[in-house]
Amino acid sequence: MTDRSPNGSPNGASAWARHSRLRVVPPVQPRKLAKVPFVELADGRLQGVVSSGSDIGRVYVSSIAAGTHNYNCSTNNNRPCGGLYGSPCKHLRALVAEAVVQYGADRVSRYLRVEVPEGAEPADCLGGVHEPAPAAVVFSRFLRHLAYLEVPDTTLPIPELHWFPATGTVG
Amino acid sequence: MLAVQLAALLGGESGNAGAGAEEALALLDGFDDALVHGLARLADERADAVAALAAAFAATPLGDRLAEAADAVVSGSITQEHLTALAGGRVALSGAVHDALLEGLDTALGRERAEWPPTPGDPQTAGGTGAHPAAQPAAQPAAQPAAQLDGQPVAQPSTQPSTQPPAQPAGNVLGGVRSWLRELAITGWRGVDHDLVSAADQVIEALLAVPELRRLAVLLDGFAAELRASCPIGSVEHLPVRRWADLWTRALLLSQDGVLTGDPTGEPRPAAMVSGRLLVLGVDVHEHGTAVQFQMHAVLEPADGGTSRLVRTSVTVAKVDTIVGTALWKLPQRHKVLLAALADRRSIEIADVPLLDSGDLVWHDDRAFVSKPADPLATARLCLPGALAPAVPPLDRAPVRIAEPVLVEGYKVTKDGSFDLGGTLLAVDTERLPDCGPLTPKLVAASSACVGLMRWDGGRWTLQPLAVQAKVKREAVVVATGDWALGPTDPKAAKAEARAADAVAVLQERAGRLLRR
Ligand SMILES: [Zn+2]
Repeated sequence: MTDRSPNGSPNGASAWARHSRLRVVPPVQPRKLAKVPFVELADGRLQGVVSSGSDIGRVYVSSIAAGTHNYNCSTNNNRPCGGLYGSPCKHLRALVAEAVVQYGADRVSRYLRVEVPEGAEPADCLGGVHEPAPAAVVFSRFLRHLAYLEVPDTTLPIPELHWFPATGTVG
Repeated sequence: MLAVQLAALLGGESGNAGAGAEEALALLDGFDDALVHGLARLADERADAVAALAAAFAATPLGDRLAEAADAVVSGSITQEHLTALAGGRVALSGAVHDALLEGLDTALGRERAEWPPTPGDPQTAGGTGAHPAAQPAAQPAAQPAAQLDGQPVAQPSTQPSTQPPAQPAGNVLGGVRSWLRELAITGWRGVDHDLVSAADQVIEALLAVPELRRLAVLLDGFAAELRASCPIGSVEHLPVRRWADLWTRALLLSQDGVLTGDPTGEPRPAAMVSGRLLVLGVDVHEHGTAVQFQMHAVLEPADGGTSRLVRTSVTVAKVDTIVGTALWKLPQRHKVLLAALADRRSIEIADVPLLDSGDLVWHDDRAFVSKPADPLATARLCLPGALAPAVPPLDRAPVRIAEPVLVEGYKVTKDGSFDLGGTLLAVDTERLPDCGPLTPKLVAASSACVGLMRWDGGRWTLQPLAVQAKVKREAVVVATGDWALGPTDPKAAKAEARAADAVAVLQERAGRLLRR
């Protein structure tokens, strides 16, 4: 066995510093993508895209700022979400729930800087208020995300990927 | 691999790479530490480390430019050319370590390796220039190829304009990459923030649109994602210092004009066309958030009866982070023959497939068909000895690329999961078992024979299993990383895949609806 997590063993720190083949970004957990196709912890926000329940051509862009927990939800055309009545809408709740599946409650709480008492859900511990934020940036990041699926595959070797080993679930 | 071979490999000095390589690694660490804090504001001892790196090359063609670069670091006037020189020095050092390691492994295994063919019209690559970095007196086999690299355009792009193709459609993109890498080096990992990371987004998008720059795109995308996930880095306790310096150096190297775009066809090195039988040893999986590479290791028995060769064949597919585990196998779907051969453990007949000098077969699924059943352990037992190993391209001489297939048997598994082979311990890297396959640490621990890749990282050799023979409920079974190439055969894994629904299909539907509006 080898242990390369920085805190996992007495010499973990030096191992982390002197290894080349590491998985620095922990792999995310698989989840159903139909309702919330895109979630990310980026640019100081938990942000993502939630599919509309009624119109398959429409999506909502939802975000929660780390630290303040101020939130926003609007359509990708910047129309405010009708569900924001002084508290987070169902899209924001779905966003947090799926983020917890994808990244784990720990990573989400740490990123948002939220104290979650034992047994509570991160979504219930956010104290922010509605604060308009432009949806365009997040939506274009989602489109960029989708565009990866259209990049053609290649059968030429990519030696650089030796730095990025696949890892298994510990079992 | 026999016990005596393992003992020969591990019996050497510290780190098993020889004293010269140890010295090279120490120089590397000094430079890597400078990148943590940024080249703009180096404390004296870190500037000394950069100077030491330069001094090691004093008697080589790189010497002057490196000395100039080290001075520029001290005076705080670092240009793009200075950074390129420093990266060239670091590449040469890790290249020397690579060569010493591979030489040691080949010697222990008695493995014969092809020579890298000289480039026509470039006499310097043929025999080395004798310009050994002073740091590796003990790594003679290593020093020569290191010097070769020094003489190549890869390390001196700006001084050899005549070797560049006239038009550089990718030129602007590459310029953008170099500027971003310069910002990173000047800022240092500790100073990286969201804005600096986000500045890479546009560059990466542009790279992805140019097929011959794919290697650089995949590298930068993985690198930027790590920086993003670690932000704000100022407060992170432990940093992957060597790794990020590796990635930065490599990106800077690949972003030099002419390195990836040098050949107008976009293909690396002239290829031979080969036909024959491919006997699969196993599949190694590489993955980050937006890419996965399935790299198959196999023995090629040429149809003309020539020497059999160790080859690799790869498929790399773009993806997103939410496509993980067994769903990964849905991405390379159009390569049906390859997937079927892996899943059913069969050999493959190929006809007229390009073989690069690097030992990489450029896969063409329409020139292959699935043939007879072939067990990877039997293949390793019968065909691995005597197969000719490929040369390593000068550009790819980095310790992480070492992935040499071996068969290990007759071992006892120790408490910590290592293989005790006649009293010599071989560490087994059970963290590197891909979760898209059925091979688990438990199966490896219950195994009696193993086909795996010998790798070197963090100062030691490890075995990365690809296939094992193990006893499960008193029955001997063979389990390999590619067994689920056509979908999971284990009911539990199949259920998990069904539960996650079809991530690929959902995202493709969303892409179809939203991308082209
Ligand atoms: Zn909403």
